[in-house]
Amino acid sequence: MATKNIVTAVVNGNETTMMVDNRMSLLDALRESAGLTGAKEGCLSGDCGACSVIVNGKLVDSCLVMAREVEGATIETVEGMARGAALHPLQQQFLDKAALQCGICTPGFLVAAKALLEKNPDPSDEEIRYWLAGNLCRCTGYDKILQAVKGAAAEMRTSK
Amino acid sequence: MEQQVTDQSKNYKVIGSRPVRHDGEDKVTGRAQYGADVSFRDQLWGAVLRSPHAHAKIKSIDTSAALAMPGVKAIITGADMPKLDDKTTRSVEGIENQRYMVERVMAGDKALFKGHPIAAVAATDRFLAEEAANAIKVEYEVLPAVINPVDALKPDAPLVLGEISSVTLGEKSRKETNLVSQTRFEQGNVDEAFSTAEIIVEREFDTKTVHQGYIEPHNATALYRSDGQVTIWTSTQGGFPNREGTAAILQVPLSKVKVVPMEIGGGFGGKIPVYLEPVAAVLSRATGHPVKLIMSRADEFQSSGPASSTHIKVKVGAKKDGTLVAADSQLVYEGGCYPNVYAATGAMCIYSPYKLENARVDAFDVLTNTPKVAAYRAPSAPQAMFAMESCLDEIAQQLEMDPLEFRLMNAVDEGDRRVDGMKFPRIGFKETLQAAMNSDHYKSAPPSGPCQGRGTSVGFWFNAGMSSSATVAMNLDGTASVVTGSVDIGGQRASLAMIAAEVLGLRADEVRPSVADTDSVGHTDVTGGSRTTYATGTAVHKAAEAVKAELFKRAAKLWDVPVEEVVFDDGAFHHKGASKGDDIKPMTTRQLGQKLARTGGPVSASASVNANRGVGAGFGVHIADVEVDPETGKTTILRYTAVQDVGTAIHPSYVEGQIQGGVVQGIGWALNEEYVHDDQGRMVNTGFLDYRMPTMYDVPNIETIIVEVPNPGHPFGVRGVGETPIVPPLGTIHNAIARATGVRLRSLPMSPPKVVKALQEQGVAAQLVAAST
Amino acid sequence: MKPLEFSAPSSLDEAIKAIAGGGGEVGILAGGTDLIIQMRSGRRRVGQMVDIKKIPELNVLSYDGSKGLRLGAAVACDTLGAYAPAKQHYPALVEGAELIGSTQIQSRASVGGNVCNGSPAADTICALIALEATCVVQGPDGKREIPAKDFMTGPGQTALKPGELLVEFQVPPPAANSSSGYLRFIPRNEMDIAVVSAAAAITLDAGKQTCTAAHIVLGAAAPTPLLVEAAGKALVGTSLDAAALEAAAEASRAAAKPITDMRGTVEYRKHMAGVLTKRAIAMALQRAKGG
Repeated sequence: MATKNIVTAVVNGNETTMMVDNRMSLLDALRESAGLTGAKEGCLSGDCGACSVIVNGKLVDSCLVMAREVEGATIETVEGMARGAALHPLQQQFLDKAALQCGICTPGFLVAAKALLEKNPDPSDEEIRYWLAGNLCRCTGYDKILQAVKGAAAEMRTSK
Repeated sequence: MEQQVTDQSKNYKVIGSRPVRHDGEDKVTGRAQYGADVSFRDQLWGAVLRSPHAHAKIKSIDTSAALAMPGVKAIITGADMPKLDDKTTRSVEGIENQRYMVERVMAGDKALFKGHPIAAVAATDRFLAEEAANAIKVEYEVLPAVINPVDALKPDAPLVLGEISSVTLGEKSRKETNLVSQTRFEQGNVDEAFSTAEIIVEREFDTKTVHQGYIEPHNATALYRSDGQVTIWTSTQGGFPNREGTAAILQVPLSKVKVVPMEIGGGFGGKIPVYLEPVAAVLSRATGHPVKLIMSRADEFQSSGPASSTHIKVKVGAKKDGTLVAADSQLVYEGGCYPNVYAATGAMCIYSPYKLENARVDAFDVLTNTPKVAAYRAPSAPQAMFAMESCLDEIAQQLEMDPLEFRLMNAVDEGDRRVDGMKFPRIGFKETLQAAMNSDHYKSAPPSGPCQGRGTSVGFWFNAGMSSSATVAMNLDGTASVVTGSVDIGGQRASLAMIAAEVLGLRADEVRPSVADTDSVGHTDVTGGSRTTYATGTAVHKAAEAVKAELFKRAAKLWDVPVEEVVFDDGAFHHKGASKGDDIKPMTTRQLGQKLARTGGPVSASASVNANRGVGAGFGVHIADVEVDPETGKTTILRYTAVQDVGTAIHPSYVEGQIQGGVVQGIGWALNEEYVHDDQGRMVNTGFLDYRMPTMYDVPNIETIIVEVPNPGHPFGVRGVGETPIVPPLGTIHNAIARATGVRLRSLPMSPPKVVKALQEQGVAAQLVAAST
Repeated sequence: MKPLEFSAPSSLDEAIKAIAGGGGEVGILAGGTDLIIQMRSGRRRVGQMVDIKKIPELNVLSYDGSKGLRLGAAVACDTLGAYAPAKQHYPALVEGAELIGSTQIQSRASVGGNVCNGSPAADTICALIALEATCVVQGPDGKREIPAKDFMTGPGQTALKPGELLVEFQVPPPAANSSSGYLRFIPRNEMDIAVVSAAAAITLDAGKQTCTAAHIVLGAAAPTPLLVEAAGKALVGTSLDAAALEAAAEASRAAAKPITDMRGTVEYRKHMAGVLTKRAIAMALQRAKGG
């Protein structure tokens, strides 16, 4: 019987305690132990980005982070993007610009785009496409995702 | 930039607008529940052991070591599955042999493809389930395998299903073979017509197996109760077909099975068959707990149904003035290890855009040691039309005609007959061609640098009708709800709400759409075939009209006037007639809706439709500018425009999105996606690293031009949208590369090594490199 | 995956003890972008995972003009990419590191892990060899140095002895009028493993006209990364004109011993070895000239 360990991290601003098997990835821990199913399992090999979260300020594939690594870390997931009832500009833009169809890749894209805009508030089309190359979408052809990220970037620049 | 779509003269209030989808907030906040997000306190995790061999006899399965592991609660193999007779039955994907249906989800005495399920485990945690599955000892006798359908037709090919004899042109053959069926469509006198041709192009093509590539893997959680009732939570393109497929395998009545379709993370046809549901259900029956199964990405690639590899021969004849006179094609499709229905659909589409009174096409479904193929967005049409469009482009080039003018000259119209016999009703192919010719892209000069070129191609899908049910109900405050059984793959529920809203005079956000489980609404066929907005929309329309008819009666009752004197205009009910004066205040739907209780009670209506008549076909025309690096063989797409007739765009943003998504799938299919097998027939690139789908950095913006030639068979003129877009990109990019380099790559994908090789073999590599530097 | 022990030592000695006690089934965790995938697919059976990211020596990142660059084995690619002296003085190394995977992978993957994975297609090994780097390794028997060109010994294999841990890379200070470049060929624009890659490190004379030293290294073109000495020799003493580049390309094509696998054929890889050699030299030359 594999033993479980306690991992405590700050997830979306809340101190969160998770019971984890050492083999679990951060993705497993978020989904199974913390009840945060926003990050999705698409490939478990770091090729699709559906599991993207931000750990200590860096964008990562949570399927390739071991749960035991995040003791004491600060983690941001899609569930933490809205401010109370107010959606993050990226979330609103994705809705307004129809930048999702089935929606499975959407949490990953939102977190990845958020990380981009925090680093570069005025990215070019090329920079957006390059940064998000690690997030696969099979439904949209990426076009409206690009428009939504640009729209959110513009909105966030003017509201500062 | 948003294109102004939708015929303004129709004065639609809701249709053609772009409201935020009703399920959107849950999807952008991570709240939406997909199949893998379902969790039960007492659930067990399942794991499937799959064959490592492409073809093998299963000599023995020893589960003792695995069963002995603490926490392992049950292990099943083919011996634990229901024994079904060797007879055919109707299923969601046509007529199937019952025994094959079961063996497809859990092997019988043979493994027929690498990835074929051999056994399944239920255990207390996911890691343990996998460890236990790996501890099951299976003795195989490896048999020779055949992967390529052309090889499978050779007389000495290994037989995939020993007992299959083929149906060739209506006659059953006595000899065992891998050829399941030959379907022929023919009209006129082809051989005679070829003798009148002044130019003939005859070519051979091949394409590789590709996968739908949905980002969410298959998943299912099943609870099989001791009283025989089964509930399944799953990622599926249709709760009802899923229920039927699962119940048929479990041999239980449909009334004992409830399927709850969770939000689905992509399907494209690949989530029509059942894979995990029956296995999860049998494990649940064995353990008394819900059992959850998720496919790994490797399982997806090696075990779920892909789109056929093909070998295609096309012969086309034309006059020097460009008139097409004859065509004859043979389409050989990889079928996978069991008979399937998809070879014929390529034959239905290949010539469909063109007036060809003398044409013949033969489609062959061939068994191979690969998973039984599944639908992938316009199944079998992309491969066939790629081949045809390449030949047509060659003819246009030889005749020095503008490729779109050439197609316009030969374009089908209302009343023309397809080679499979169907007559076209009102269609919009000519309008689509004209819109493409008038586009900014096409009017701009083609790129003129070395190794740059412009290509065009055409696509078609007949679109499906099939059956749908819907319930529309008025709420006590005058808002409404729409319940359908159509799984929402790409935003359809918003469109269905918009249709009801348009009929009822409500805003889109005043109508609440929901996707129901199989307990809650009447039978509805799959979300697929580009049928949902069309067919389910028709059911919604019918139900909404029935509700509205009742609302008229209620207004009449409230006003104490004959019902003929109630009219509906500009979103409100008015009195117009002689029986009372002119001073009756109009009521909006909202206002009337609040008075239903006292005028006779709640108002709701259901409708079930079989929407096969009245389906509207969809034509697409695409334009691409490309640049090829002659040293590396890599193709960059500089600009891409997709033009498509959608009938009426209910929600233009989702129509554009469907088109853009199909285009990018087609780009991947054309340039890089393929199944790679080793010399033992085993797929080796079973992950997203080496099965190369386009990333955001690989494609440009996809411009879309929506053409609206309303389909007279639908109350709002809707034509199916979703499938046509994947068809043209293969030919468009192939033709663009041909124009850029002078070389036609008749083998997909047109990956860099193949491009370099072709340029070298054609003797143009050196001069193209010199021109580029 | 079998049950797993996990530890995150904060000193090098602690780490070496943990690895030595692991009985051959130890997985060393830096970014995990190779290890975790291999554990999941069953390619590696790991009973004990040792997270080395807390060890100060493995996180060193410094440059000075006399000692050159010190790059700790656990330093993530994006951290290296943001380190200006590395970008300035060792562009090929940074180029390689920044090509590994997506943004998400960049946050985690380390040059150390990339090299210890032992794949000749690794994006950082070619530049390390071309720049004449040294790998500093420590184990139960103490510290030793392995030249980068000797570090990978076969597909998936390195010169590390059981119990040894890669600690840091040392890259000598670049000579005057020198620079480097790295590129790889992939079928898409991102996310792929190199089909073939090439690194070039070029030194010019004081007048920036004539090549005085050159190292050309091919990746994914042989069982190990390939230092093509003949290609380097073909460039020394020349002005790196078209003829010299073609000679170097020919040497690369002749030296390459690639296989055919799902990422490329022998013919294509040999062809591309030549193409990329020329393009890498051109990159390095332009930078060395001050462009």
